This record gives sequence, C-alpha cells and structure tokens, in this order.
Amino acid sequence: MTEKEMQIQQKQEVQQAGEPTKPEKQYVPAVDIFETAEAVNVLAEMPGVAKEGVEIELENETLTIRGVMAPVVCEGETVLLQEFQPGSYLRKFTVAETIDQEKIQATMADGVLTLVLPKLAPAKPRRIEVRGS
Amino acid sequence: MAIVRFADQKLFRNPWADFERMRRELDALFQGGGPEASGRGAVFPALNVSEDPAHLYVRAEIPGVAASEVEISIEGDTLTIRGERQTCKAEEKCSYHRREIECGRFSRAITLPTKVQVDKVEAKAADGIITITLPKAEAVKPKQIKVNVG
Repeated sequence: MTEKEMQIQQKQEVQQAGEPTKPEKQYVPAVDIFETAEAVNVLAEMPGVAKEGVEIELENETLTIRGVMAPVVCEGETVLLQEFQPGSYLRKFTVAETIDQEKIQATMADGVLTLVLPKLAPAKPRRIEVRGS
Repeated sequence: MAIVRFADQKLFRNPWADFERMRRELDALFQGGGPEASGRGAVFPALNVSEDPAHLYVRAEIPGVAASEVEISIEGDTLTIRGERQTCKAEEKCSYHRREIECGRFSRAITLPTKVQVDKVEAKAADGIITITLPKAEAVKPKQIKVNVG
C-alpha cells in the first residue's frame, strides 16, 4: 500500500450547446491520456457502462467516446440515499497524430475504458524525379 | 406512501422550527445544487442506498478497482468500504497529456439505518459498480399480525 490518499473529484456534467432530448444526465468521463513512441493511450472512467454500451468514433481527427450506463434494476426498492444517477458519458478529443484506424484497440474492465490508438508509421520521404520534356 | 415513524412526532412544537428549516434550505441553495445534491460534497465512492422490506442495498461507484481489492467490513451498524486504486501506470518513455483519474487509497463509512444479518451480507461487482446486499435482521423485518376475533 502506498501512502497516497486519493484526491476526490466530483463528476462533471457535459456543458453543451444543444439540449439533449432525453432527460438523463450526461457526464464528462475523467481521462488519462499518455503517448508512447508507438501509440496514444486513452483511459476513460465510465462506471456502470458495460462493454456493449461503449461507442468510439474517430472521424476527421475527432475522437468521440460515448458510454451508456446499463440500467440498474431496483424495482420495489425505496431510495434512502442517492449520490450518483444513471446517465451517459460523452467526451470528444482532437487527435493531432495520424492514427492507424485499422489497429485501434479498446477494452473495458471494471468501468474503465482503455483505448490504444496506434500511430501510423511515418510516411517514407519519396523523391520525385523531374523529367525533362 | 409516506411512513411516519413514532419517533418523528414531536411532543412540543418548536416555534422556531420553520425558521430553522428555511435556513437549512437556503444554505443548501447557496451550496449549489438541488435537493439531491444538498448536504454532500465530493465523495468517493459515491453511494446509492435503497431498501425493500427484507434487504438493504448499497451500490458504490468504484471504477478502475478490481473487486478483489475492495475491502468491505461491518462493525456494529457501520459499513466501511476501503481500498486502493492503482491505475497510475508509470510506463517507461511515455509522456502524459492529461491526468485526471486520481489514484490512491480511499475509504468511506456509512451508518446503516437498520440492523442487518452480518453473516449473510453479499457483494458483487459489475462494470465498476459494487452492489452490496444486506439482509435485514429478523427483528426489524415487517411482520403481519393477525387480529383474533373472540
């Protein structure tokens, strides 16, 4: 056990221009992003989201992570305390690096999404010969 | 159906009770947040507690922690959830762009509203949410009492 106490943060709600049609809450998942020589790694915290509920899109350098929380069945129960509510997660990033779209890997474990975006091998410089007419 | 417990009924009416209630509500208003957010700061793990006639359910939102690393204990009527999150990977040769996921030790204790059968408590984890099912003690379960005519 390390001696570090966890810093506590509150869940942030998405501030967006358009209003959602569903009355559910939309949260901003907390993320860790780190880059190695080969890939960009994204870890996103989305508790309550099963792997079927995750949607990842990469389009025009915009990476969209969306997660829908699986509904919790609590029929016939009286709520005594509610500190978290069902909803969905949404976050968008602009990816500057060129990503090999075919090799993107995503795994979901214990409510944390791990996304590996492998970088495309840099294009080899091509010499263009200028021919005389 | 609202349940009015015997202990809720006051013997004497406090003439300042309405003012006290008003002050509490205004305090909650200025702390930001509606009725569901009042009286709570940032907590980890966030808990949902609910009950049915026979059970208490505690759901804790603990992403990124394996179920085996969460320690749940009951002492008297206090339920404690303790653990450590170790998502911080110190990988070689990588540069961090964002670090928002906090790691470290956490613990949270709540007082259970009723007595429970400590030896029959179960916990299961799914997608970062741990559900603890606590069967209520026989003494506090609702019982039907027949009225005999005679």
